[in-house]
Amino acid sequence: MRLATGGMIDRETQLSFRFDGRIVHAHPGDTVASALLASGIRLVGRSFKYHRPRGILTAGSEEPNALLTVGKGPGREPNVRATVQEVWDGLETQSQNRWPALSLDLMAVNDLASPFFGAGFYYKTFMWPRKAWEALYEPVIRRAAGLGALHRDPGPGEDEKAFAFCDLLVVGGGPAGLMAALAAGRAGARVILAEEDTRLGGRLLAEREHVGGQPGAEWAASVAAELAAMPNVRIMTRTAVTGAYDGGTYGALERVGAHLAPEADRPRYAFWRITAKRAVLAAGALERAMTFSGNDRPGVMMASAVRAYLNRWAVAPGKEVAIFGTGRAARATAEQLLDAGVTVTGLIDPDPGAREAQDYPVFPGGHVIGTHGRQGLSLVKISHGLVEQNIRADCLATAGGWNPQVNIACHQGARPVWDAERAAFLPPEGSVPGLTPAGSANGTFSTAACLTEGWRAGAIAAEDMGHKAPAADLPEAEEEAGATPASWVYEGPGRAWLDFQNDVTTKDVKQSAAEGFSAPEHMKRYTTQGMATDQGKMSNVNALSVLAAATGVAGGPAGTTTYRPPYVPVPISAMGAGARGSGFAPIRRSASDAAVRERGAPMVEAGLWYRASYFPRAGEKTWREACDREVRMVRHKVGVCDVSTLGKIDVQGPDAAAFLDFVYTGAMSTLKTGRVRYGLMLREDGYVMDDGTCARLGDSHYLITTTTAAAGQVMQHFDMVAQVLRPDLDVTFTSVTEAWAQFAVAGPQARVLLRTLMEDDTPLQIPFMGVTDARVMGVPGRLFRISFSGELGFEVAVPVAYGAALWRLIVAQAESLGGGAYGMEALNVLRVEKGFITHAEIDGRATAGDIGLGSMMSTRKDYIGRAAAEREGLTDPGRERLVGLKPVDGARLTAGGFLFSRGAAAERVNAEGYVTSACHSATLGRDIALAFLKRGPERIGEVVRFVDHLRGTDVLCLVCEPTFIDPAGGRMRA
Amino acid sequence: MRIRCPHCGERDRREFTWMGAALERPGGSWGEEMHAYVFLRENPAGPLAELWHHDPCGAMVRAVRDTRTHEMIEPGDAP
Repeated sequence: MRLATGGMIDRETQLSFRFDGRIVHAHPGDTVASALLASGIRLVGRSFKYHRPRGILTAGSEEPNALLTVGKGPGREPNVRATVQEVWDGLETQSQNRWPALSLDLMAVNDLASPFFGAGFYYKTFMWPRKAWEALYEPVIRRAAGLGALHRDPGPGEDEKAFAFCDLLVVGGGPAGLMAALAAGRAGARVILAEEDTRLGGRLLAEREHVGGQPGAEWAASVAAELAAMPNVRIMTRTAVTGAYDGGTYGALERVGAHLAPEADRPRYAFWRITAKRAVLAAGALERAMTFSGNDRPGVMMASAVRAYLNRWAVAPGKEVAIFGTGRAARATAEQLLDAGVTVTGLIDPDPGAREAQDYPVFPGGHVIGTHGRQGLSLVKISHGLVEQNIRADCLATAGGWNPQVNIACHQGARPVWDAERAAFLPPEGSVPGLTPAGSANGTFSTAACLTEGWRAGAIAAEDMGHKAPAADLPEAEEEAGATPASWVYEGPGRAWLDFQNDVTTKDVKQSAAEGFSAPEHMKRYTTQGMATDQGKMSNVNALSVLAAATGVAGGPAGTTTYRPPYVPVPISAMGAGARGSGFAPIRRSASDAAVRERGAPMVEAGLWYRASYFPRAGEKTWREACDREVRMVRHKVGVCDVSTLGKIDVQGPDAAAFLDFVYTGAMSTLKTGRVRYGLMLREDGYVMDDGTCARLGDSHYLITTTTAAAGQVMQHFDMVAQVLRPDLDVTFTSVTEAWAQFAVAGPQARVLLRTLMEDDTPLQIPFMGVTDARVMGVPGRLFRISFSGELGFEVAVPVAYGAALWRLIVAQAESLGGGAYGMEALNVLRVEKGFITHAEIDGRATAGDIGLGSMMSTRKDYIGRAAAEREGLTDPGRERLVGLKPVDGARLTAGGFLFSRGAAAERVNAEGYVTSACHSATLGRDIALAFLKRGPERIGEVVRFVDHLRGTDVLCLVCEPTFIDPAGGRMRA
Repeated sequence: MRIRCPHCGERDRREFTWMGAALERPGGSWGEEMHAYVFLRENPAGPLAELWHHDPCGAMVRAVRDTRTHEMIEPGDAP
């Protein structure tokens, strides 16, 4: 019910939203929770396991019950806390985990069966038969239990991620946080003040306290105004700090658009990574729940939340309210309710010495033993002295003391410390370097002490960073800290709930202890206590208290479970913002990209690059037809292929030759200027890392190529060698991959084609494995005579700016000669026909000897991997070594199939090798393959069995040399 | 986690690639020393000298990290 006056809402403006289809009215400043309570709606959700009716328990982000699905369609968001969601006009909300309706939930039969569903129920009941788990138990359980569901389609719009840096991060904008920010801000430090609420003030917004002679909220607003005017202070409201990570890095979730109607380009959330030299944890405290029978009935609410709804939102959560608790919190709640015109039907105070009150009955030494009401509270059953009696109430406010929010201080592994005097867990000291807890997060509960402690923490942090702390400026404030009841667990005849989200009761925790799961971490896993979206904020201390009592530990809870980020739920879409679809990885496009796509060539990914798979022509129905044509084109006419994606590293310096000798198995120092050599690089463990060409451009100048995929790895390897292993060498290198566009021109007509691009044809006279400068259409470039196809081949390189133009020209020339462009499919067939290797062969398990290149391992110098490659196991002739395969009857071969001796059973123990690359050779008109086979080179001419278990192939193959055409290499040298 | 690159200053850990423990390469033929260099690693709960590659600038950073706290004790140039 909305009160006639008061509250921080804009009464002039009317808003409306829907809750399960019903229209609910609200004002700006309302949360969904305050608007529902203003409309008298108490039942807002069903619990996870038993489908118990549940109502609003709190007024903040710790809310365990009032979880709603917000929005419609793919953009809907499940499990949004009604206490956090601000109302906007037209907002759609739905309750969760009920069928067919919230008020008539047929799954509530689970609750009747609850005696069978206790702790450990899943582990005990669904074990046998094992097969029934996937087919029967899991689907049924998943349907019956759960919270909200995501839409199956991706939502529209994207969340954001953002980064910030500061001297001091203040976590929380209540009294302590405001003072910490003020002290550090006035000192000149760069401050970020993060507050998850919509405005600064913390509890002052919900209480009727005065600070510095002003109402608390007004004082907070004046401090906020001073901070906002400081250029060195950044205030981030709607921003919850979610975790403390190494090196002063903090995660934070900002609600950028979640409180507004969706709009294109406005993210719902931004996930911040804030780097801070110091931090003050002023996250405050949450009121502790009271545990008693029937404490989950809608209408039972935190007393602090009742005051918040009264004072901040001008909403009375009930007409007849009872209070269960002690001290100032309980009394203030009663007085404020009376002041608002609400009937207080009783204060049940566990303190036997509690004094009487004039305007409402007090039950000293009393406690609640049960509640009644079908879908909401109507009666509270209490016991005081020897008397039991019922009190009318549609709302029961409970004040169980306070739990400091120590989470952030515990994110690096330390556990909080139980303080018996304050009956609370306090943050451990020094666990997060640079972080100081202050205020009620530190167990300091009076407003005056919070202000002092906050100021001190901010001033000290500023001084630590070299600023001069300003003179202390502390306003007058309430000095009483309030009281905590002697106990917050009162068990009665019925079930008393601990974790509202996961339906864990005191009985479950006791059973866990009785069955041997008595350590907090074991109890948590056995009962699921604290494992729901609120991570036990409202229940862990109570559950640990019950566990301590059950295991006979005196003096308070015995230890805690581990605190891990995030403090509030963070959508994956915010944490991974920007990484959706093509945002997941950058795209690298080569110079020919636009022209290639115009031709309709399907693209394949190679690392971050996209390369043409094949170039379809009219009339070709399959990729194979295009591929076969392109292979024949290269073998008989001329083909052009963009090879710009290969890594290119320019190496220079007096010791460039010595450096390359150290990274390659072969000697590069003996290479003559103007010549190119094929090179292998090993890892230090002796296996092949990468291969490529090495061209000597001058005495102290080389250009090497790497495979497309390994370019980054090789560059990193070079940094390692140059800076760590051989700092004695005077060498420098840089990646020039993106500086050059490079095209392979291959086939008998290659020279004819290139002649049309050059005024002077002397460069074309270079020998096989030569390199020279060359002007291409007047542009200074380079010409390499190398071949990955086995045909007469050149690679022509020009500065990348000329690449697109040269590609179009060179393809047109090739076509006029009866050839054309070829893609990765044809390139692969051409190299398999020649037995050239790629990373399909050098997959990290192959030695140089395995691929038939043992002769490339120099014995006259040290190089990386040499020593390890000499090991017995790596030189054993019985290893699986490279061979070619031809199916005896022309059948299909596939990469990944295994090889067996003829007559051996096709079982793992008999496997003698495997196929690494297979293709249809257009040149030979049959399938061919490269394979690793035990003692391979010794078995040329033998027939082996090829089995691909996955595709059901089982054929005989002839083992042959891994070079299927032109074994002498006459064509390349033509 | 933050690591100080001697050329670029303190940067987020995600700009770096971990390159393993900082060890002296013995060189020469295969033997116990090379075996230890390639395969054997200490796994201390405490300070560990390691190499980090700062990907944007290419620097190999030698840093001593406390494996218990991820405190970077003495970052500097390799070797």
